[in-house]
Amino acid sequence: MKNLLKRPGVQAFVASVICILLGLIIGYIVLLFINPQGAWQSITDVVRNFFTWSRPPQRLKQFGNTLAKTIPLIMCSLSILFSYKVGLFNIGAAGQYVAGACASLYAALAWGWGWLPCMIFAIVAGALLGAIVGFLKSYCNVNEVISGIMLNWIALYTTNTILSNVKETASPYTLYLNKENPSALLPTAGLDQLFNKNTYVTIAVPLALIIAIAVAVILTKTRFGYELRATGLNKNAARYAGMAENRNIILTLMISGALAGLGASMLYQTGYMRWECTQSSVPAMGFNGIAAAFLGGLNPIGAVFSSFFIQHITDGGQYVNTNYYSSQISDVISSVIIYLCGFVLFIKLTINRMIKPSKEKKGEKK
Amino acid sequence: MLLLIQYTLIFASVLLLVALGGCISEHSGIINLGLEGIMVVGALGGALVMSNLSTLPPALMVILALLASIILGMLYSCLLGVAAIHFKADQTLVGTAMNLLATAAATVFVKAMNTAMNPDNHSSEIEYVAGRKMFIVNINGFEFNWFMPLAVIVVILVYLFLYKNKLGLRLMACGEHPQAADSVGINVYKMRWMGVLISGALAGMGGLCYILAGVSLWKFENGVAGFGFLALAVMIFGQWKPGRIALAALLFGLFRALSNTYMGFPALVSLNLPSNVYNMMPYIVCLIVLAFTSKTSRAPKAEGIPYDKGSR
Repeated sequence: MKNLLKRPGVQAFVASVICILLGLIIGYIVLLFINPQGAWQSITDVVRNFFTWSRPPQRLKQFGNTLAKTIPLIMCSLSILFSYKVGLFNIGAAGQYVAGACASLYAALAWGWGWLPCMIFAIVAGALLGAIVGFLKSYCNVNEVISGIMLNWIALYTTNTILSNVKETASPYTLYLNKENPSALLPTAGLDQLFNKNTYVTIAVPLALIIAIAVAVILTKTRFGYELRATGLNKNAARYAGMAENRNIILTLMISGALAGLGASMLYQTGYMRWECTQSSVPAMGFNGIAAAFLGGLNPIGAVFSSFFIQHITDGGQYVNTNYYSSQISDVISSVIIYLCGFVLFIKLTINRMIKPSKEKKGEKK
Repeated sequence: MLLLIQYTLIFASVLLLVALGGCISEHSGIINLGLEGIMVVGALGGALVMSNLSTLPPALMVILALLASIILGMLYSCLLGVAAIHFKADQTLVGTAMNLLATAAATVFVKAMNTAMNPDNHSSEIEYVAGRKMFIVNINGFEFNWFMPLAVIVVILVYLFLYKNKLGLRLMACGEHPQAADSVGINVYKMRWMGVLISGALAGMGGLCYILAGVSLWKFENGVAGFGFLALAVMIFGQWKPGRIALAALLFGLFRALSNTYMGFPALVSLNLPSNVYNMMPYIVCLIVLAFTSKTSRAPKAEGIPYDKGSR
């Protein structure tokens, strides 16, 4: 047991579980304050999400929906953790996600492109926005958080303007993808059959998993990844060792932006959602990505599981009894979890302290 | 034109208050990215007082609303203080979490409150028509807001605090070189707590000011639309100095005001630009300005680095 706890991976996992449990407890307390009667029922509904459906086929279908929305979240959290490894906090992922949505939807609806070109266009759009942040950071010394936030708003208003050209006349939403241009929908490759004919489950699911593994390999097994991590750990040492710091910063943010942009295309090109052209706030996906990245211990594979968990409770929020509570309770829970992730360092230290004295005692016995 | 001046002044007041809060916090060595969240919480406090206690005499109500926003702002900033000062947490992460939490928690709270009063009401809105009137003096169509002189007073106070006061100079030392400050007997933890709490108070006030700017009904789901971050940009543009921050706030306030009032200018209307362009304006200007001013940044040297007594 003690030996197991010494491993950093296990420690990260334990820390994440503690954050989740504390987050849920705080969410439960909030519900208790609002109305003690249905609180337990509601908090379990949040955690159960699609299991609240009694019939298995329905459950499977809802599971597919949660999965479809998990995919962009995985991409956003990969985007954030990738840049965080280089010491950059890419809060602009939210805007890069918006740019991806804009590019893929506009290409699909206005130009009638197929799914692959649309997807690539979304990647390019996200990467471009990321490159702006990177350029400002490396050549103008602008804090990437501030420029990211500013670009989030710029991207939002630009997207609203551009997508207004392809929206329904009677509603603020963009046209239906499956009616206007079915060729832009991502192929399901038979995966929909596994989820009770839920056509929102597409090749995006295996693709996202492959990308997560690819990010893990790039970060840990390649020279490029090593340079990036070295830059993140000590910028000056990396420069001294001859690594092109500015190029690495821009490249990192471009890749980061590309991941977020791809994430948007993986959601909007399933037809699950349409863009609302009067939106007045940046979609939460990019920000939830921060939660998922940190909850996953900044590990690409961990991010896959934490993304699913975050999306699971976010979707679970719609099952709370809305007579008393609001679905935003799951936002409260996930933001508390992000806040608690700030204490991960402290939790790990505590675990290490708990292990150490026992080791010394063993030494005395020998 | 009068309307443009009115909106410029009120938005500048918001930005000024919040930016000064960020400025003091950064001078103590803590980057406060949670300003946006603190604004929401402060706005909530003020809105609750304005909607529930509007029968009180105006002067008392104004003071109570201000106090509520200040106290709630300070309480909420404790989340940053605890994590960043005592647990050496990543300040960017904690600030971001605070922004997300504030909007979500305020929405849940207001919805629960509205539902408790009327089971059919699931909105996240608070109305404060009567309360808002008490903050405003109407002079020939110009809505004079008490926040405008207040912001001016706060700039002067902050200037005096930072540069003409022992406490303020000590606080700034903690943002430049905390170890050196500690070696001459300054308690770095105390100073940083002071910085965070003052920034909470100012940002809370700014939040209240923001929701008073043009409307008398606030939907808490919307948060404060990136104003906390605009304030940070104002602070950077103002090079962490109160006087320059005031000028920067006026500039940004003007661009923000344009999006509310451009319809009143025939020259602008004839350009036939979509309204979204005006909505984007403050953010674009902010980016351009930052691109040209950040190179010679005079940021406090130790900001964002958790204080570790043992490190050299």
